[in-house]
Amino acid sequence: MPLAEAPVLEARGLVRRYGRTAVLAGIDLRLAPGEALLLLGPNGAGKSTLLRTLAGLARPDAGTVRVGGVPVAEARAQVGYLTHESLLYDELTVGENLQFAARLHGLRDRDAVPRALASVGLPEQGGRLVRHLSRGQVQRVALARAFLHEPTLLLLDEPYTGLDDRSASELTALLVRYCAEGRALVLVGHQPEQGWEAITRLAVLARGRWQIDAPRPADPAAAAVRYREALDG
Amino acid sequence: MGDFVRVAFAVAEKDLRLELRTRATILSAVVFAALVLVVFNFSRDPTAVAATDLAPSVLWVTVAFASVVALNRAFTVEREHAALDGLRLSPAPRGALFLGKALANLAFVLLIEAVTVPLAVLFFELPVLTAGWGLPLVLVLAAVGFVAVGTLLSAIAVRTRFAELMLPVLLLPFLVPPLTAAAESTARLLAGRPLSEVVGWLRFLAVYDLVFVVLGLLLFGAVIDE
Repeated sequence: MPLAEAPVLEARGLVRRYGRTAVLAGIDLRLAPGEALLLLGPNGAGKSTLLRTLAGLARPDAGTVRVGGVPVAEARAQVGYLTHESLLYDELTVGENLQFAARLHGLRDRDAVPRALASVGLPEQGGRLVRHLSRGQVQRVALARAFLHEPTLLLLDEPYTGLDDRSASELTALLVRYCAEGRALVLVGHQPEQGWEAITRLAVLARGRWQIDAPRPADPAAAAVRYREALDG
Repeated sequence: MGDFVRVAFAVAEKDLRLELRTRATILSAVVFAALVLVVFNFSRDPTAVAATDLAPSVLWVTVAFASVVALNRAFTVEREHAALDGLRLSPAPRGALFLGKALANLAFVLLIEAVTVPLAVLFFELPVLTAGWGLPLVLVLAAVGFVAVGTLLSAIAVRTRFAELMLPVLLLPFLVPPLTAAAESTARLLAGRPLSEVVGWLRFLAVYDLVFVVLGLLLFGAVIDE
């Protein structure tokens, strides 16, 4: 990455403690435009906590997060976030949920919602109540919500959960296009092969620190080996 | 300013739409209010205290408790599927989010009053016509106060483990001043006293509303953003 290139995301010295346990013990992370980081780690390693902190939802005990050069609290319009929860209202339709999110983001483009729905393969589902959707469909609507305002930084916590093979492939293709446009991505997963075509970097978080932060290995099998070594080491 | 108002209306519209679909808040609050009035009506001794003497206090205690039921629901909907995080992730002005939630809550509390007052008239034979325009004014001013402080405190309560229990504990002490002002002015107006006699109470309610609306607009961000 050229040093002069302004980072999309820059986190420095992130510390987050729960009681006496430091879940994040001084995490640095810098993502340039077009970079996609696959974040792996065992359960309880702090991956979700890191993502919430990067999204500005959790305040770190120490350290800073800047998106596009400004503190994340001032850059919310640039961040898209997918969590284990859908952030959707069951009793609203898919379209109403996305329209509400669009209004919160001050989007005036009337095509933003249909475009977001089409991007996740649900162009005809706008009129359905969220509570009538399957788990996989809810996940896709939640993804559409995260993409809706075309953020420059996308933080996805296990986005492949609940998706069938076809939807997973479509998501990966979407992420490839997304990063090709000069945006950046952090993808939390459990298996290196998920989203493999989209990612450019691999990081392993364990014991509060990076065990690996390196360019993507040659193939998912090599990544899996490095992941196991990092956990054993 | 335009974006601020647009966000506020978006939040209010969303809450009202959710309520129209489920009717969970308003049905429970209105049924609760009706039951409280029925219990008061049948438990009082008509020879000990005149109905018109008792009615203002009963009316406002009923409205206050039914409002707590409605306000409790205001942020419960934001807990499901972590929808509150959806609000927090947006760049929307936090004051606008407060205003939107408060506008929806105001609609709920005014509806509770619209049901409670006629029931109180029925049970306690209240001479509402003698109260003139003063009574609607008291109802609106008190509702704004309940809602302003209730919306702010329900945003605090919802982030605790026992949100449904926490809100009444936090809110009721703050409702004592507007409750007193509303009950005192209602009693005087129902007794046929002129509006000028309750102007002091009305001013008190207006100042209370102003203080808590401003506090809500200013503090809501600190309350919902960790």
